[in-house]
Amino acid sequence: MASTFKGGVHPPENKNITEDCEFSNLSIPGTCYVPLQQHIGAPAKAVVEEGASVQEGQLIGAAEGFVSANIHAPVPGKVVEIAAPPSGKGPGVIVIEAEGAFTATTKQNEPADWANFSKDEILNKIREAGIVGLGGAAFPTAVKLSPPPEKEIDTLIVNAAECEPYLTVDDLLMRTFPKDIFEGVRITLKVLGIQKAIVGIEDNKGKAVQSLQKTLSEMNIPEDITVVPLKTKYPQGAEKQLIYSLTGREVPSGGLPMDVNIVVQNVGTIFAIREAVVFNKPLFERYITVSGKMINKAGNYKVRIGTKISDIIEECGGLKGQPAKIVIGGPMCGMSINDIETPVIKGTSGILFLSEDEVHIGDYYPCIRCGKCVAECPVGLIPCELGNAVEFNRIDIAAQYDPFDCIMCSSCSYGCPAKRPLSHFIKLAQERLRQKNK
Amino acid sequence: MATQTEKSLLTLSNAPHVRSDESISKIMWMVVAALLPASFYSVYIFGLKALMLLVTSVFAAIAAEAAYQLLMKKEVRVSDGSAVITGLLIAMNVPPGAPVWMVTIGSFFAIIFVKQLFGGLGFNVFNPALAARAFMIASWPVHMTTGWHKFNEGNVLIKDLSNFSGLPQHLFDTLTQATPLTALKEGPKSLAEFKVGADQFYNFIFSSDKIKSLFIGNVGGVIGETSAALLLIGAIYLLVKKVITWHIPATYIGTVGILAFIYYLITGVPSVQYAVLFHLVSGGLFLGAFFMATDMVTSPITYKGMMIFGAGCGILTFVIRIWGGYPEGVSYSILLMNAATPLIDRFIKPAVFGKPDKKK
Repeated sequence: MASTFKGGVHPPENKNITEDCEFSNLSIPGTCYVPLQQHIGAPAKAVVEEGASVQEGQLIGAAEGFVSANIHAPVPGKVVEIAAPPSGKGPGVIVIEAEGAFTATTKQNEPADWANFSKDEILNKIREAGIVGLGGAAFPTAVKLSPPPEKEIDTLIVNAAECEPYLTVDDLLMRTFPKDIFEGVRITLKVLGIQKAIVGIEDNKGKAVQSLQKTLSEMNIPEDITVVPLKTKYPQGAEKQLIYSLTGREVPSGGLPMDVNIVVQNVGTIFAIREAVVFNKPLFERYITVSGKMINKAGNYKVRIGTKISDIIEECGGLKGQPAKIVIGGPMCGMSINDIETPVIKGTSGILFLSEDEVHIGDYYPCIRCGKCVAECPVGLIPCELGNAVEFNRIDIAAQYDPFDCIMCSSCSYGCPAKRPLSHFIKLAQERLRQKNK
Repeated sequence: MATQTEKSLLTLSNAPHVRSDESISKIMWMVVAALLPASFYSVYIFGLKALMLLVTSVFAAIAAEAAYQLLMKKEVRVSDGSAVITGLLIAMNVPPGAPVWMVTIGSFFAIIFVKQLFGGLGFNVFNPALAARAFMIASWPVHMTTGWHKFNEGNVLIKDLSNFSGLPQHLFDTLTQATPLTALKEGPKSLAEFKVGADQFYNFIFSSDKIKSLFIGNVGGVIGETSAALLLIGAIYLLVKKVITWHIPATYIGTVGILAFIYYLITGVPSVQYAVLFHLVSGGLFLGAFFMATDMVTSPITYKGMMIFGAGCGILTFVIRIWGGYPEGVSYSILLMNAATPLIDRFIKPAVFGKPDKKK
């Protein structure tokens, strides 16, 4: 029986739209919009000025402080503007008009033998390349790979669950580049100074499991790496749930995976780590899934950071009509946007153009206390009570129901027969409690 | 080829962007469907008067709900099916000979006083149909405890009893026109006058034939409780469709069974297994355990809470059946546990992931 956790839901997967679309490259956009804040932590600081010429992959934003990440030019060209973000406040956006030679694309560096690098050299390369978690959270990877010395790490978990519906980019990555992924795993193991890695994949991705297991048996790897199929159930890829499914360890409330001696990395991040270490390649492009009923050519694409969604729409054959929602990420915890001039950033795993019959837009009703959300909450919360407390403006009551343990998987909202936006209510409870405690 | 989108037509909201196809009305109409086999059977055995009661009660409930929502300028949501369930259950909880006006008032009471005045669906503390039953028992005790069906072939129970004791049938009239549970409760006392021992009576009533008739449903009782078999079919449908879970019905029925077993073992009844089965398939236990105790609004939200709720219902039911003033205790036991639900939910919470010492 496949490993799993308690609770969860099983939304329609809709992965069939793109799961057989091999990777293809989208054209380089004429203009790239590169935000200085694409990660968790401090924004990067612009190190180029307006009017400057930049090379492909050149550092344009330098990490500020420990938890931050470098930003690189996705295209060669001219910095035409360092614009304020649409909201008017916060870190800016570097606008680059593409021109000149694509040095990084045309001439790939000779692969370096990473076995000769020291731990610190590897970590440095990862930091220089501006690698962040590519599953969506965009936490700076170098930071995650340097746990404080008192936290003894014994296992690396590679998150390849890809439990969000529609998204197939990790699946494709594992089927297309299995060897590279294992090389990335080995590099990461070396940084952590450990021998054991577990790759967890939901069992609906049989081809990826097969591809990895076959490659693993052929590669004769000295480290202890296993590929484990997981039960297909959302949110199998949520960090704490994944750790529980694979090892039975329970990350303490408010704690981090390193508290149970584990580091988790998304499989896409592992792939980017390898490119950074072996080819010295900064993170200026990534693979994404473009899907949903309203886009003409859904698929899995390699795209430059800073490409606007409007450019992607054009490249993908345009829209079939007015979408009801455009979502960045997966439909369960992605973000809806209303501006197609939004650029792709490092954490963009997918862009979904959803039709009216794919999404839910409508009223919600009073809770009928069916208890579905309680049964489905992977954390053991009582979402309905939290929702009621927030709706009746009783933040004091909401505080008694552990709102800060919520992992925002939205399973509760998904299953609610009264269509109550429960995870939204919980988010509100968190916000109000944070404000109150200020 | 469209590459542009109308910004104002794009919906923004927090995740999730997809929802399951669950809905309140889907749940409610599935419960209605699950109650239909037993309802149709009651019309088959009790005739048109049962049909009249069912139809009137349902319409009264719908009308009361729609009228209240219109008057209070609320969204009219009778189509969600919850009023239909209440109406159906009220009719299923009265004897087939009950007057039509009584269920009309009962439905009105359930919808207005028990449900809407508390805030409507989701906010009521008590199961509306059961509260209405309690209201009707208090207001019209005679209508609620007589009017049992007289079977054409003669009451099987009377014939059997008279054959069994060798006494004329009319002596048993008061006893056996009632329900099997009344017979159980009053039986030993009444028969003592005719010098029939309690043991013999139990031997008679706890027999495989009696259990079989109870299960299939050709015995007296309220409209909905006659056929345990048909109620079970509806219940299995709800369990398969995941509208209800096993937690409440299993603990409820299980507790009654265990208590019956212990009680009759101690009192030394000859065939304990039949005594247990008698308690399980008689009266409103199946109707209550599968269709009324499982009412989502008035039962606990956690599985553990549901099991406590079910066990509480079981204990109260058995206590009322054996020692209480009424022959049957299902409705009162559920109402009492409805009142205990907020308390159960307050104390029974699931363990929060990563917080092992949460119970404090």
